[in-house]
Amino acid sequence: MATQHSRSAARIMIAPAVILLLGWMLVPLVMTLYFSFKKYLPLRGGDLGWVGFENYSRFVTSSSFWPSIATTLTLVVSVLVITVVLGVLLALLLDRPMWGQGIVRILVIAPFFVMPTVSALIWKNMFMDPINGLLAHLWRAFGAEPIQWMSQASMPSIIIIVSWQWLPFATLILLTAIQSLDGEQLEASEMDGAPPVKRFWYIILPHLSRAITVVVLIQTIFLLAVFAEIFVTTGGAFGTKTLSYLIFQRVLESQNVGLGSAGGVYAIILANIVAMFLMRIVGKNLD
Amino acid sequence: MTNTVRALLGATALCTFAGVASAETITIATVNNGDMIRMQGYTDQFTAQTGVEVEWVTLEENVLRQRVTTDISTKGGAFDIMTIGMYETPIWGANGWLVPLNDLSAEYDAADILPAMAGGLSYDGTLYAAPFYGESSMIMYRTDLMEKAGLDMPDAPTWTFIREAAAAMTDRDNDINGVCLRGKAGWGEGGAFITAMSNSFGAQWFDMSWGATFDQKPWLDTLTFFKGMMDESGPAGYATNGFNENLSLFQQGKCGMWIDATVAASFVTNPKDSTVADHVGFALAPDNGLGKRSNWLWAWALAIPAGTQKEAAAKQFIEWATSKSYIETVAANEGWANVPPGARTSLYENPNYMEVPFAQKTLDSILSADPLNATVNEAPYVGVQFAAIPEFAGIATDVSQEFSAAYAGQQTIEEALAKAQALTNDAMEAAGYR
Amino acid sequence: MARSVTTRGKAINTAIAWAVGLLIFFPILWTILTSFKTEGQAIAAPPVFLFFDWTLENYAIVQERSDYLRYLTNSIIIACGSTVLGIIVAIPAAWSMAFVPGRRTKDILMWMLSTKMLPAVGVLYPIYLLFIKLGLLDSRAGLVIVLMLINLPIIVWMLYTYFREIPGEILEAARMDGASLKNEIIYVLTPMAVPGIASTILLNIILAWNEAFWTLNLTAAKAAPLTAFIASYSSPEGLFYAKLSAASTMAIAPILIMGWFSQKQLVRGLTFGAVK
Repeated sequence: MATQHSRSAARIMIAPAVILLLGWMLVPLVMTLYFSFKKYLPLRGGDLGWVGFENYSRFVTSSSFWPSIATTLTLVVSVLVITVVLGVLLALLLDRPMWGQGIVRILVIAPFFVMPTVSALIWKNMFMDPINGLLAHLWRAFGAEPIQWMSQASMPSIIIIVSWQWLPFATLILLTAIQSLDGEQLEASEMDGAPPVKRFWYIILPHLSRAITVVVLIQTIFLLAVFAEIFVTTGGAFGTKTLSYLIFQRVLESQNVGLGSAGGVYAIILANIVAMFLMRIVGKNLD
Repeated sequence: MTNTVRALLGATALCTFAGVASAETITIATVNNGDMIRMQGYTDQFTAQTGVEVEWVTLEENVLRQRVTTDISTKGGAFDIMTIGMYETPIWGANGWLVPLNDLSAEYDAADILPAMAGGLSYDGTLYAAPFYGESSMIMYRTDLMEKAGLDMPDAPTWTFIREAAAAMTDRDNDINGVCLRGKAGWGEGGAFITAMSNSFGAQWFDMSWGATFDQKPWLDTLTFFKGMMDESGPAGYATNGFNENLSLFQQGKCGMWIDATVAASFVTNPKDSTVADHVGFALAPDNGLGKRSNWLWAWALAIPAGTQKEAAAKQFIEWATSKSYIETVAANEGWANVPPGARTSLYENPNYMEVPFAQKTLDSILSADPLNATVNEAPYVGVQFAAIPEFAGIATDVSQEFSAAYAGQQTIEEALAKAQALTNDAMEAAGYR
Repeated sequence: MARSVTTRGKAINTAIAWAVGLLIFFPILWTILTSFKTEGQAIAAPPVFLFFDWTLENYAIVQERSDYLRYLTNSIIIACGSTVLGIIVAIPAAWSMAFVPGRRTKDILMWMLSTKMLPAVGVLYPIYLLFIKLGLLDSRAGLVIVLMLINLPIIVWMLYTYFREIPGEILEAARMDGASLKNEIIYVLTPMAVPGIASTILLNIILAWNEAFWTLNLTAAKAAPLTAFIASYSSPEGLFYAKLSAASTMAIAPILIMGWFSQKQLVRGLTFGAVK
C-alpha cells in the first residue's frame, strides 16, 4: 500500500525522534567510552591521562562486582514475578462485578503516582522502622519481636517497596486485557462445566500472555535503573548494591569517573543482554 | 574546547553580571540540620542590612555532598556559597577551588575562631571555610540510670568502664539499652564513629606507606569490643542506627549512654523534644589507656567556590552568618542553649553561655581532638574520624558497609576486616598511592 | 461482559476487593493522616489512627521553610513541557512506524527502548559538563529537554501501538479524497487517536513528575522541582514523621489528584498494544 512518496515521507517523519534519541544515546555513550579509558579523578584535577583497559579490569575484579550483578537480577526477577502474579490475581478480582469498582480501582492505582523517593521514605520510616514503624507495632501486638527490616531483611524490604510501586501498573494493563476477553468464549466454557482453574489456565492465561509480555518489558526497563529506593533505605549496605548503585558509588562517592564509566559500559552490556533476552520472548509475542 | 568553554563562561559571567547589577541574589547550598534551618529564618535580617537576596538550596546531607562535589569539580557555578565540612575543605582548598577567606573584616575577628576549627578548615595556613558550628563527640548519659546502677561516671572514663556501666544499666524488660552507638553504614555515620573509636585502640586507616591496616590487631580489637558491647547492651538493630535513630532513642528514654556529636547535647536537654531532659550528664569520650580518646572533630562551614561572580556578596553573607552578632541574635531570641556552638573562642568566654550545662564538656572535647595527631602510631594523613584524602569517602563508605554487615551478623568480623583490607588497598592502588 | 452473578457473590467480591484496595492504598492514607498529627502523636505507641487532635501546623512549618509554590510551578512546567515536546516529536515517528512499517521498524523500536536502560549516573559527569557548556544548568529548559529524551521511547511506543489499531482503510479513503499527508495526520489520524494520545500524555506526566535523578542533580535554586523539595526533608536531625508526612503529601498530592481525575483516560490507552 505504501507508495514511494509515503515511504520517504515516513523516513522524514521518523527522523526527528531517531536523531534525537541517537544523539541522546551517542553523546553520553561516546563520552562514557572516552572516560572509561581514562584515569579521570575530579578531586585530583580531572583528566590524568589514558590507562587502557585498567578501569575495566579493576571494575570487574572488585569484590562488589559479581554480587552487584546478582543483586540486580534478584531485584528485577523478584519484582517481576511478584507484580505479574499479584497483578493477574488483582486484575481477575477487579474484573468481577462489585459495588464501587471505580473507587477500588483508584485505590489500587494510587501507588503508581508516588515518587520513588517519597515511597522509600514512607516505607522506611513509617512502616519498617524497627521501633516506631507501624509493622513493628503490629509485630509487637502479636507478641513477636519486630523485624529489623533494613538489616535482616534488606533485599525483601526493597523488593516490597518496589513491588508496591509497580503493582498498579501491572494490574492496570492486565485488567484491560482481561476486559477485552471475549465473554462468549468464557460463557461457553462455563456451560461446558469447565472448572474455574481450568478456565483460567486454558483460556484466560493464554489471552493474557501478550499483556504479561508488555508488563515484563516495560518494568524491566525501569527496574534495571532502580536507584532512589536503595539510596534512601540501605544506601547499598547489607547486600543491596545493584550494578547501577555500584556505579553511583564509584562516580559520586569515590569520585572516580573513569572507573564508574567502565562500570557504565558493563551496565550497557548487561542491559543489552537483557534486551536481547526480552526480544526473543517479546518478538514472538508482540505481533 | 577549553577556549570555547572559557569564552562561554565569560559570556555567561557577563550576562549574569549585567543581570544582577541592581539587586544581587546569591545561591547557597546547605544541609537540612536544625541550626542551618534556623539560620534561614534570620536571612531577612541579612537582606535588610545589605540588600543582597538569598536563595536557599536545602538538601539532605548525602544529596548535598554529591550535589556540591559535582558542581565544584566541574566548575559548574550553580552555587555562590556551599556548606561543606572539615573533610572537603582542605582537599578543595588544595585544588584551588575555594576562595581564600584571609581578608575578612577586622570586626569579624577571624582570630576568634577556635584554633582546632580554623586548623581543620585551612589548607597550608589559609582559611578556606568559615565554621558555622563545630562539634566533637562526647558521652551523654542518664544520671538517674547511672545512680540506679550504683555507678559514678568519671569525667574521662575508659572503654572498660563504659562496657561495665552499659551492662549494669541495661534493662531489657523496660526497654532500656545500656549504650546506643552508631552502626549505620556510611563514612559520615557509623564509619565516623568506629574510626574515632579505633584511634583509642591504637588503630589507624593507613600505615606510613599508605597501606591498609585492617589486617592488624588493633582493628580486630576495636570491632570485637564494639560488637561485643553492643550485642550485650545495645538496642536491637543497631547496625542501621545512625545519629537520627540514636537521638530519637535517647530522647524517648531508651538509652543509658550515647556517645555522639556534642551538638546533640542541646537536643537531649531540650524539654520540648526530650523526655529525659532533666537527667542528662556529660563526660569525655572514652579512652583505652593508650593516650588517645575516641572523640572526633567536625565543623559545618561555609565556603565560596572560586569563580563565582558574587564573591563580595558571598563574603558578606559568610561574615554575617558566622559572626559574633549572629550568635547574640539567636541567644536573644531562642536562648543560649540554642546558639550554634563550637565555632568561636569568645562564646566559651561568655559567662552566660558557660552556664549551659554542656558548654564546658563540649569545649573540652573539642580541645582534646587533634586532627594532625589523631592516632597512637604515626599516620600519613590528617583527620580524626576521616583521612583528608579525596579517596577516603568512597573507600570508607564501602568499608563501613562491610562493618555494618558484621554488626548485623551477616558475616564475621574477620571476614569484614579481610574484605575491608582488600578493597582499601585496591582503591588506593587505583588512585596511585601504591 | 454480561454475566449473571448473585447478590451474595457480588457482596463477597466487593468485600475482598475493598479490603485489598485499602491495603494497597494504606501507606498513602497513613502518610496523609500522619501529616495532620503533632510530632508526638506521629510516633505514639500504640499508633493513633483517627482520633487525634487534627492540626495543620506541619503544613505551615513546611511552607514557611520552603516555598512550596515555586517547586510546584517548576514541577508542572517541567513535567508538562517535556511531555508536550515529546508528543510533538513522537507523533510523526509513531505514525510512520505504524502505517509505513519497514523491515527495521521493530528493531528501531526496541533500540529506542534500550536507550532507557543506560544507568543515568554513569553519564552524570558528561551531561553535567555539557549542561555547563550550553548554559542549561539549573534551567527549566534544560530539564524539559532531558526528561523529554528520557521518556521519548515510551511515548513513541505507546503511540505506535495505538496508531496501529487504526484501520488503514480510513487513511486510504482520506487519501482518495486528496488529503495531503499533513491533513491526513491532523484531521483524520489525530482525532481517532485522541484517547491514546491522552493516556500517553498522562503516563508521561507521571513519569516526568517522579523522575528524581536528573531533576535533582541538574538544578540548584531556580529550576528545582518537588523532587528537590522532598530532598530537604529526608533524614534531618531527629525523627520528624509528621513534617516528613506533610512534605510527602504536598509532593504527591497534585499528581495523585490529577491521576484520579483522569484515570479513565489513563486506563483506556495504557495497553501498550497488549490488547488485540
